Amino acid sequence: MTKPAARRSLFEPPDIGQMATATKIVLYTVLLAWSAFVLFPIYWLIITSFKTIAAVNQGPYFLPWIDFEPSLHAWKELFVNDYRDTFRAYFNSIVISLSATALAILVGSMAAYALSRVKFAPNLITILYFVGLLALTGVAVGIYDVDWRVAAATAIALFFFLARAIGRLYQLRLQNGDILFWIISQRILAPIVVVVPIYMMFQSVRLLDTHLAIILTYTVINLPVVVWLMYDFFNSIPRDLEESAQLDGATMIGIFREIILPLSRAGLAATTLLVVILCWNEYLLALFLSTNKAQTMPILVAAMNAGERGILWWTMSAVIMIMIIPVVIMAILLQKYIAKGILVGAVKG
Amino acid sequence: MQTSRVSEWLDRHMGRLFLMPAVVLILVFSIFPLVASLIIAFARIRLTGGGFSVRFVGLRNFEKQFFGSEQFHLLGTFTDISVIGLLFGLLATLGLIWWMVLYVRAHFSVVGFLGRMITFLMALGLAWLFSATLLSGNLFGTLGTTLFYVFVGCGIQFLIGTALAYACSFQFRGTTSFRVIFFVPMMITPIGVGYIFRMMADTTKGPFSGVWQWVGLGEFAWASDPWAARIFIVVADSWQWIPFVFIMLLAAFESVPRDFTEAAELDGANAWQKFTEITWPHVLPVAATVMLIRVIEAFKIVDLPNIMTSGGPGIATESVSLQSYFAWRSLDLGQASAIAYVLLFVTVIICVSFFNLVVLARVRKAS
Repeated sequence: MTKPAARRSLFEPPDIGQMATATKIVLYTVLLAWSAFVLFPIYWLIITSFKTIAAVNQGPYFLPWIDFEPSLHAWKELFVNDYRDTFRAYFNSIVISLSATALAILVGSMAAYALSRVKFAPNLITILYFVGLLALTGVAVGIYDVDWRVAAATAIALFFFLARAIGRLYQLRLQNGDILFWIISQRILAPIVVVVPIYMMFQSVRLLDTHLAIILTYTVINLPVVVWLMYDFFNSIPRDLEESAQLDGATMIGIFREIILPLSRAGLAATTLLVVILCWNEYLLALFLSTNKAQTMPILVAAMNAGERGILWWTMSAVIMIMIIPVVIMAILLQKYIAKGILVGAVKG
Repeated sequence: MQTSRVSEWLDRHMGRLFLMPAVVLILVFSIFPLVASLIIAFARIRLTGGGFSVRFVGLRNFEKQFFGSEQFHLLGTFTDISVIGLLFGLLATLGLIWWMVLYVRAHFSVVGFLGRMITFLMALGLAWLFSATLLSGNLFGTLGTTLFYVFVGCGIQFLIGTALAYACSFQFRGTTSFRVIFFVPMMITPIGVGYIFRMMADTTKGPFSGVWQWVGLGEFAWASDPWAARIFIVVADSWQWIPFVFIMLLAAFESVPRDFTEAAELDGANAWQKFTEITWPHVLPVAATVMLIRVIEAFKIVDLPNIMTSGGPGIATESVSLQSYFAWRSLDLGQASAIAYVLLFVTVIICVSFFNLVVLARVRKAS
């Protein structure tokens, strides 16, 4: 009698909704193995930053105090000898990430709110007219060497004079969904496609290698993310409150600031975190737009490769660590929000 | 009187004013550069002192990439097509034609047909590119490498991420800590991931050097073998992005109502049936969207190849983005834009096809 009972307890779930012991063992083994795969590279990064040069170069040592004597020389190099570079890049990264995130959240959530509450019906013909004028301006400046101020002024004047008339020719109304899709689809655009003109644009107004240029660019590449996530969040907020506030004579700005934003704190937290991380880690655009003064952390890390002595793995590890510590702490604290905040968007697409 | 009219006007147009900043920013920093990039792609540009001079060369930049001296770089080397390549190409062609015929016979609309025609042509082109380069034993270029990263990388991330998420969706001790651990790699900057995996892969001083020596690969330099280098980049990329698939699908698995699975269990369904019949259909829309996001981001891959191998050996690990960046660095702006536009073209067609045929199809079926 005992034998079947034992088998039952090993291979069959004791109750509905629970797992058999054998399944559990397999599951734990797999999950622990994956944890090792995830954590080991990070562990190696941490110990490498405390290794002496000899300990790195003489082959693998795994355990501090047993295999090798930990030393702080890499950290010293980073914070004492090269402190100017390190702190400047760190400061730049913080300023750029936070400003770009704040701007993207502000502009993006305003747009998302407008799209979720107000009905828009722009005429496609007017938009095509606008894009056509934009292209013409580009051609005029690019090929015929027209002064860009003259070209822009002419184009704007032409647009405002003829927009109405051309719009009346043929009506093809877009809807909010189309505008939303247009904004979100900007995310498909690989940064490499637009970065050369952006570089030339900033070069012509002498803004290369400034915070402003990078902040603006980061704001725009992250707008689609903000609009997408916040649109779904705003849509899930019931409208009764706003309607009663509207009856009391509140304006749209007032409603947005005093009712909507406080109600969507969770969504804002998740979106903010996501955008901060995206800005913090961004590499390609910073590579184009910053050379020296506005250098961000990823560029500093990548530039360490270019030394004469090959890669200084110990310093490199220390730099990567100071780069990931704030993000990891933030992310672990806010982990629940991220999944929920993103998922609202993902479920509805 | 004046103020009330102003505030009235403001009230009427407030919606537009809310939307305007975002639209203007996107127009200035996204649409305008997009148009300008297209113009640059048709030109040869020289940077001179403070400004630049432009000379238009028509389609020559694209011609050079597709048929000229850079063909090997973007597409690959072409010699005679092998038998396997020919067979695969023909099979793919027949399959695609069959797919079109099925569509036309089932339901026909002009927009749907044109859209599928674009998908059809792109798939046909990529299939023949695949059979003419890889299957014929020829080298393939950056486009093939990028597609390798996208499809193989995203495939691995999807499978492992889904499996881990499903495993963690059960109730047992320790799930919370597993969740936090599995989530961490996503937070690590891609540059950092590149350097960390270079340390991991070091066969003489890295942590696994003992293992390498033991299997007799102690002198093996992975960075000088094309496939080893590509696979290492995919491994590093997967290490970083599996957490994304994991965290999203975990939330999706947890939103499956428990009553459903328990009812199925009472009816005697086994674990596999429970998964395929109840859990998976519930999760599929989210999975499709998550994979769409991953594929979109994967096409942009540039930092890992740049950090880990600088595109080498030769051009074996160079992605299209990286090729464009190298062209820019050698001040060939026209080529850089042309290459970037090829990437944009392929990305948009593949992503929009995926969106229409997979993500939207689910939505249409559900409604």
